[in-house]
Amino acid sequence: MTRIDAAEKYFQQLNEEIRGASGEIVIDNCCGQRYIGAGMSGKDLLINGVPGNDLGCYLNGGTIRVKGNAQDQTGDTMNEGTVVVEGSSGDATGYAMRGGKIFVRGNVGYRAGIHMKAYQDHQPLIIVGGEAGSFLGEYQAGGTIIVLGLGSKKAPMGNLCCAGMHGGRMFVRCEELPDDLPSQVNTAVASLDDMASIEGSLKEFCKTFEISEKEAFSGRFYLITPNTKNPYRALYTFY
Amino acid sequence: MAIDYNISEYDVVRDPQRCIACRVCERQCANEVHWFDAETGKMRSDESKCVDCHRCVSLCPTHALKIVKNPDTFRLNGQWDNAAIGEVFRQAETGGMLLSSMGNPKNYPIYWDKMLINASQVTNPSIDPLREPMETRTFLGKKPDRLERGADGALRTDNLPPQLELEVPIMFSAMSYGSISYNAHESLARAATELGTYYNTGEGGLHEDFYSYGPHTIVQVASGRFGVHQKFLEAGAAIEIKIGQGAKPGIGGHLPGAKISADVSRTRMIPQGSDAISPAPHHDIYSIEDLRQLVYSLKEATNYKKPIIVKIAAVHNVAAIASGIARSGADIIAIDGFRGGTGAAPTRIRDNVGIPIELALASVDERLRQEKIRSNVSLVVGGSIRNSADVVKAIALGADAVYIGTAALLALGCHLCRTCQNGKCNWGIATQRPDLVKRLNPDIGYKRLVNLVSAWQHEIMEMMGGMGINSIEALRGNRLMLRGIGLNEKELEILGIKHAGE
Repeated sequence: MTRIDAAEKYFQQLNEEIRGASGEIVIDNCCGQRYIGAGMSGKDLLINGVPGNDLGCYLNGGTIRVKGNAQDQTGDTMNEGTVVVEGSSGDATGYAMRGGKIFVRGNVGYRAGIHMKAYQDHQPLIIVGGEAGSFLGEYQAGGTIIVLGLGSKKAPMGNLCCAGMHGGRMFVRCEELPDDLPSQVNTAVASLDDMASIEGSLKEFCKTFEISEKEAFSGRFYLITPNTKNPYRALYTFY
Repeated sequence: MAIDYNISEYDVVRDPQRCIACRVCERQCANEVHWFDAETGKMRSDESKCVDCHRCVSLCPTHALKIVKNPDTFRLNGQWDNAAIGEVFRQAETGGMLLSSMGNPKNYPIYWDKMLINASQVTNPSIDPLREPMETRTFLGKKPDRLERGADGALRTDNLPPQLELEVPIMFSAMSYGSISYNAHESLARAATELGTYYNTGEGGLHEDFYSYGPHTIVQVASGRFGVHQKFLEAGAAIEIKIGQGAKPGIGGHLPGAKISADVSRTRMIPQGSDAISPAPHHDIYSIEDLRQLVYSLKEATNYKKPIIVKIAAVHNVAAIASGIARSGADIIAIDGFRGGTGAAPTRIRDNVGIPIELALASVDERLRQEKIRSNVSLVVGGSIRNSADVVKAIALGADAVYIGTAALLALGCHLCRTCQNGKCNWGIATQRPDLVKRLNPDIGYKRLVNLVSAWQHEIMEMMGGMGINSIEALRGNRLMLRGIGLNEKELEILGIKHAGE
């Protein structure tokens, strides 16, 4: 195991030290350094403190666990691997991710899962324990987003979610969905089959954060899916 | 309905004396213009489907075919020409936005044609490139502020920021796999490798077969992040962040699901059959500081080994925007003029948004010089370069290199019929249909690209020699080598050149 003290360290130096280390790496006193784990694979990072924007961008494998909050664009364009945030994560969490998992115990900011995609066996997953901000799953093209809203009294998402969604699935645990979802998505209470498809992931999430499965599985889950893969087909004409 | 009937722009004229009804035209036309009438034993055609790509004309063994401008016309009107009327009819019928392909074809000024190049007479004698050294090699990237010497007194070169080395200051501009075919990409990749220059993946990812051309590949990261992953970033010689495109500044793009074949899906890393939507903005960029963050995330992911290019469309405040980009950590700024090509863009945007690259280039180069940050970045311009004289003029206005897209496609057989958006390119370029793709032979295609750029390189050398200049460095930003012709005071001021005769 390698321990790196990030106190007073510029991001370039910190990231160079991470690139030079291998296996398990513990970063102490992290305070806003950006791009930690950019393009990383085959390493396990444990971050004590608050990493800066673009944590795990282009992540290509390995794991990152943050014992605190993360900032914006966590897991930007990530391809494989796992990011676990014990606190909350900022805006555009999981931007354009196409593989791997992001687990956030707390909340995520605006535009989480924006332009998330999928292909073949790359099926990305974001699970949020708390609430998500507005524009959740904007342009979502693939993968699965699950928002549990643990402790929430209302739908655990902000305004205008799923705008432009044209692929993938979104599960939201709440009694009633917001009424401002766009017309190009279908909503339904998740069936037993739907729930069975995410059961393993939810159990893993509960285990990761020591949340009681009973609480996480309780109540009603909605499933949101797009009703077309080609939302703009009728938009154009030619002369 | 009768009111939806539009006059075909072109008419197919067949010489019955020459036609031998061999049906080549029928087999070659993906638009299904031609057919054989078994009753009369004659070929017939439906000109309303013709896009004037000249495939049938080129392959007719008896030269029996001509495509001519259709003399049929609505009542002539200076304000409402046939196209203006036809577009209204089409939109009234469908309610759709008009979509077009390739560059803005409208009759706007072409500033390249209003600038003349200098030559030496008597003093500062001209140089003959056939017998004297003439340097067209160019390096793109941030240049150091000062020279440094090592302990042994030799110039240090180990502390340079990453550079792209071009044997000739011409690169192939971004065209994605999806918008153009596998064979077109292979032709570009092989030609770039042989020429010692670069081609650009566009935002469609890099096909697994083309990773071997990585040292001559610029990989692109756009708002949709299609095909962007660690291996892709590491494969290229440089990474281009696409902010804008000259043909459609300010908007994104939609590659229709019908074009997302299994192969395109694998390369773009997106679901098969789903629309590939590139949002208009990058959702992580709202400021120059945010752009800096994307630039540095790519540098971090590739360990500072590759130059980062930021590509923008030429728009009204381009000089101020470029000044911001030059401070963002980017190594190269690529600017695409309003004539730049596209596989599909809304017609109104293509034809009305953006500014000419000549003016954008001159104002950006001047602004960066004034602010003393010109050496922070190299400038690459594209979007209307038609020939070697345009290249020489661009470099004299301040460009380090140019991007060519349309000219490269023409070399591959494009006939500028401007209907890429329908995916039925008869020349095998802008299509994914296997029977059409195979019409473009990459062995021939790459050779034609090499021929074109080599010919331009010779012409550039001749023009430089004529000016008494023996290296691209000495031509770059050398606006005294240009004179305007028929330009007003304001245009001359923006271009930073004198009028002919001055």
